[in-house]
Amino acid sequence: MSKQTKKKTWLIGLALFLAIIATLVLSLNLGVIRISPLEIFRTVTGNGDAQNEMVLFQFRLPRMTIALLIGAGMTVSGALLQSVTRNELADPGIIGINAGAGFAVVLYIFLFEGSTVVSDSLSIYMMPLSALIGAITAAVLIYTISWKNGVSPIRLVLVGIGINSAFAALIIIFQLKMDPDDFTRATVWLSGNISGTDWSYVLALLPWIILFVPLAIYKGKSLNTLYLGEDVAQGLGTKVERERMTVLFIAVALAGASVAVGGGIAFLGLVVPHLSKKLVGPTHERFLPIAALMGALLLVVADTIGRNILAPSEIPVGLIVSIIGGSYFIYLLMKT
Amino acid sequence: MANITAADKGPRPLLATVILIGGLAVLLLTMGLSILYGAADVKYATIWQSIYQFDASSTSHQIIRNLRIPRALAAALIGAALAMSGAIMQGMTRNPLASPSIMGVTSGAAFMMAVALVVTPSASSITMMLWAFAGAGLGTGIVFAVGSISKTGLTPVKLALAGTAVTAMLNSLSSGISIHFNIAKDMSFWYAGGVSSVQWVHVKLLAPIVIIGIILALLLARSITVMNLGEDVARGLGQRTGLIKFAGTIVVLLLTGAAVSVAGTIGFIGLVIPHITRFLVGINYRWIIPCSAILGAILLVAADTVSRMINPPFETPVGTVTALIGVPFFLYLARREGRSL
Repeated sequence: MSKQTKKKTWLIGLALFLAIIATLVLSLNLGVIRISPLEIFRTVTGNGDAQNEMVLFQFRLPRMTIALLIGAGMTVSGALLQSVTRNELADPGIIGINAGAGFAVVLYIFLFEGSTVVSDSLSIYMMPLSALIGAITAAVLIYTISWKNGVSPIRLVLVGIGINSAFAALIIIFQLKMDPDDFTRATVWLSGNISGTDWSYVLALLPWIILFVPLAIYKGKSLNTLYLGEDVAQGLGTKVERERMTVLFIAVALAGASVAVGGGIAFLGLVVPHLSKKLVGPTHERFLPIAALMGALLLVVADTIGRNILAPSEIPVGLIVSIIGGSYFIYLLMKT
Repeated sequence: MANITAADKGPRPLLATVILIGGLAVLLLTMGLSILYGAADVKYATIWQSIYQFDASSTSHQIIRNLRIPRALAAALIGAALAMSGAIMQGMTRNPLASPSIMGVTSGAAFMMAVALVVTPSASSITMMLWAFAGAGLGTGIVFAVGSISKTGLTPVKLALAGTAVTAMLNSLSSGISIHFNIAKDMSFWYAGGVSSVQWVHVKLLAPIVIIGIILALLLARSITVMNLGEDVARGLGQRTGLIKFAGTIVVLLLTGAAVSVAGTIGFIGLVIPHITRFLVGINYRWIIPCSAILGAILLVAADTVSRMINPPFETPVGTVTALIGVPFFLYLARREGRSL
């Protein structure tokens, strides 16, 4: 049984990996300027023309890399939060981390946008930076308010929804005081978008994902015991409080970095962990890598569709994620 | 799965009775204040006069009778409806993150509103209300169908997950429609939520539905308390869990559907008031449901009054005010008693 599941996990992982590669090639090919697979190959090996090179290397490739990274980061973060809080509905959005990041961005746009305090070259990094600070602030608030001889999962969830409501209300209040241009900018950020990205964002995001996703998978064993409940975990010799804090830290780091670059992409972190658990079972060492691959694939596919279906105008990627992920998830719910 | 039951959280009937009786008094007082304060100045005596010696030529009598009284009544009814729906949802799914909107009620209503704005852009507010209510039914129907069709039947987790997925999809479709047909601005009024445009006709439609909803909810309360012990326990104790879930869904649909059709989406109350009530009165849904109704009504009437006073003559969205008033109190309670919820 165990050997079979292991083999199945590898097969599914391989299939997802191939699907990602296929989507990448397809997605590089599609767009306002179409580039054939052969030309892609030529360009990648350094024999393409200058225009193709620019489109591929300056626009499409960084954007897709970012979609892959955010997809993996958001998904693993959602999976960790679901396991730590032992709640199937938990994700970075519902317990206030996205709202914290969103509030910081709205506050930044409200205070500094259009002013001469921040120069243009610096300003593209200021929004991700404030988002990251906001996400961490929200997480610290949630953790300290729920601390009382340790944090219990239920208190984390409750304090999380409280913090989420408060930040959401503050976002609305500041948004209403903005002029229409800033209002639109804030709305676009809040609904999640990964357009207008370049390699510097990739470089900023990459270390977080490379460091924390493997770390999360490494923590799989203690996550398995944590998911069984506090008493069982303690009985099995897990240092519950310390492990919980470590896992939460990883989850917040992943969500914070992803939100900073991609905005509040909803639903991804909630649904993909469930999908991967349905495929390979609830053992964390198995389903976490699958979830990371699946999240990356879903976001790249959604971004490709959003970019091309009504080209040249774009559909926010979050909408496509909900429709694709939601329909597949509903199908799975009905089948099992 | 978070467990909402705990040994040391027995019901506190005395406190619950105090909340019911005292809360009713506070509610009447808050409604009085809500009628008194607004952009136009009004005196206490004028309120009585406008009720008992109505003078159609007096502007302040008109304002009180046709704007402020229906508005205060609607706020109380909607607050009560949302809070009770939330209590039922959390009790049935045994999940503290469940809110009435999770059953697809709100997103279904929003979806049909978007469709209606495209198909019949010049419809009256009553027609729009009916569209929204039909949408609420549609959303809930899909969620319930998705949850029930599967072979293993309708477990609480599945209900919550199906609801979340359907909600996300319907919301995406509404956003897509509003972006494509350029009705985002009309929709945003509805998303912001509020009772500022309420008229008597709304109250007349709302009141019977909410009263029927309250009666049904109270009839269900006992079964929900047992359901909250867990599906297997409930079945062992002779509860027909499938029937209860169906009835609970219908009540949530009636209450939330009526509320969102009139007032748009008002968050926070349905999610947080049931928690606050549970902290206060303990786990017995025969107390939780009526006390939630009273507390929800007080919060929405108070928030609606405050929303008019923050930045007159403009109104601050009432959902933000409910959150800003409620969150500190909620966090305090969550910290104090959270371990044993």
